[in-house]
Amino acid sequence: MRGDDLQKRAATAIVWLLLIGAPYWLPAIGGYTELGTRVVVLGLAAMSLNFLLGYTGVLSFGHAAYFGLGAYGAGMTLRYLVPSTGLSVIIGTLVGTIAAAIIGPMIIRLRGVYFAMVTIAFGQTFYFIAFRWNTVTGGDDGLIGWTRQPLNLGFATIDILKSSVAFYYFVLVLFAVAVGIMAWLLRSPFGRTLLAIRENERRARFLGIPVDQHIWISWVISCCFVSLAGALYALLNNFVDPRTLYWSQSGDFVIMAVLGGMRSFWGPLLGAAIFVVLQDYLSSQTQNWMSFVGLFFVLVVLFFPRGVLGIIRRRATA
Amino acid sequence: MSLLRVENVSKHFGSLVAVNNISMVVEPGELRAVIGPNGAGKTTFFNLISGFFPPTSGRIVFDGEDITALLPARRVWRGMARTFQITEVFPELTVRENLRIAVEVAAGNRLNPWLSRDADGEIRARIVELMDMGGLGEKADRLVGELAHGDQRATEIMMALALKPRLLLLDEPTAGMGDQETYDITQLIRKLHREEKLAIVLIEHDMRVVFHLADRIMVLAEGEPLAEGTPREIGANEAVQAAYLGKAAA
Ligand SMILES: Nc1ncnc2c1ncn2[C@@H]1O[C@H](COP(=O)(O)OP(=O)(O)OP(=O)(O)O)[C@@H](O)[C@H]1O
Ligand SMILES: [Mg+2]
Repeated sequence: MRGDDLQKRAATAIVWLLLIGAPYWLPAIGGYTELGTRVVVLGLAAMSLNFLLGYTGVLSFGHAAYFGLGAYGAGMTLRYLVPSTGLSVIIGTLVGTIAAAIIGPMIIRLRGVYFAMVTIAFGQTFYFIAFRWNTVTGGDDGLIGWTRQPLNLGFATIDILKSSVAFYYFVLVLFAVAVGIMAWLLRSPFGRTLLAIRENERRARFLGIPVDQHIWISWVISCCFVSLAGALYALLNNFVDPRTLYWSQSGDFVIMAVLGGMRSFWGPLLGAAIFVVLQDYLSSQTQNWMSFVGLFFVLVVLFFPRGVLGIIRRRATA
Repeated sequence: MSLLRVENVSKHFGSLVAVNNISMVVEPGELRAVIGPNGAGKTTFFNLISGFFPPTSGRIVFDGEDITALLPARRVWRGMARTFQITEVFPELTVRENLRIAVEVAAGNRLNPWLSRDADGEIRARIVELMDMGGLGEKADRLVGELAHGDQRATEIMMALALKPRLLLLDEPTAGMGDQETYDITQLIRKLHREEKLAIVLIEHDMRVVFHLADRIMVLAEGEPLAEGTPREIGANEAVQAAYLGKAAA
């Protein structure tokens, strides 16, 4: 037990050191800061999905809906309301979270494939709205004519627009808050009821856990942080288009979580890193980069059902 | 006041009548057995009491309140706990973790994002108490899925007990057990009944266990109530012998 604990702490420390140092070591190995920012943002999305998938045992195939709502919420705030990065993040996150809270009661009674299918359906609905509502969303061309704004802290201004390193750290701080909250919740009595539902829903129910209510809360928390990731994604690109809402984006999150290891807290971040790097490298080599990612995914799932982090762990304990 | 009143409940699955017009009253602190041949509707009857599914007709009153339409979790909060014919535990968690979940829910912490140091101390103490009572102390940090059948069974019973129920429903607690394990579980049930003043209803095929433990016995056959009475009366009942005991002996 003790050794396990120590190992976990060491792993957590290494992850944070790597994340904090990324703008310095990434260029040294041929990367660039925006690549690191992409990993952190998509990693947050995948870890949020995994709060529901890995720790509650509920598969959503529609998380792009809330990711996209977060992105449009942030983009439209900057485009139409106020030139404030802080507010755009808050509003984007709220829009996605509120939508999830409202949709939740309609879907939480469903299980397994049915739940996944209905989450896709809701996601596609938002996709078509964004696609069709040209005058407001920019339609297929995306929402343009805005950029993230320098952060005004009152006593100082941080130019997260021009400095990609400053923006990286802005994203990393929000990532840390979100991930910290999720880790804390998972170690609480509430978090243990989620594990109980994942492990044996029937037993959980007959222990006095109102399962649907707990799944709803887990769903809203998960969607809240995926909306935050969406808002940050919009700021990263200074652009939003309907593809952020598309079902294949949801699929990418699932791939990242499963690829990295959905039974581990950091697994989905690793999955996101692998996904983003493969995408960055392969898409400059071939149009069909997704087939290679897909092939890699299938191999991992077939031979290492606990994901890439599962392989590393087994090595470490063997 | 009676603790549980089941009034004329029936359950139909399509054209199959699994439970037909059964009534039962359980007094506080009573230990009652439900017996009957395979497929008699015993488990279905438990499922109706515990809220697994709603009855086709009839009414269930617990502690003076009509609970016929309540969700299982709400019945648990009112003091009803159950175990299953096929053990339902959290196999990939340890004994301690299994019990912790039950104890935390029972202490009203299910939605809490944190625990105070005091609350955590109380919960740990309660877990140890439950493990000792169930003879699980030495297996505290083993995964439940890796334990012997009898210990998994004991874990499930202690989880139910962690909920501080006033009524405990046990569906074939000794099914699939050897003589020693059966004896241990029987002793445990007797202890719970005596020391915790629990009302217990148990479904059981092992007649030694039934006649050893039960104050009263209800016999079901093909979804119908066949007889009800003390072990002595049931043992002497010819209809019961024909329908059930005869078959078991043959
Ligand atoms: N959910 C269900 N759907 C359809 N039929 C069911 C369902 N549950 C039970 N039955 C049927 O109802 C009848 C009674 O089953 P039940 O499990 O209550 O019997 P039992 O007395 O517990 O038997 P055993 O001693 O074998 O456990 C059986 O014919 C069974 O097939
Ligand atoms: Mg049965």
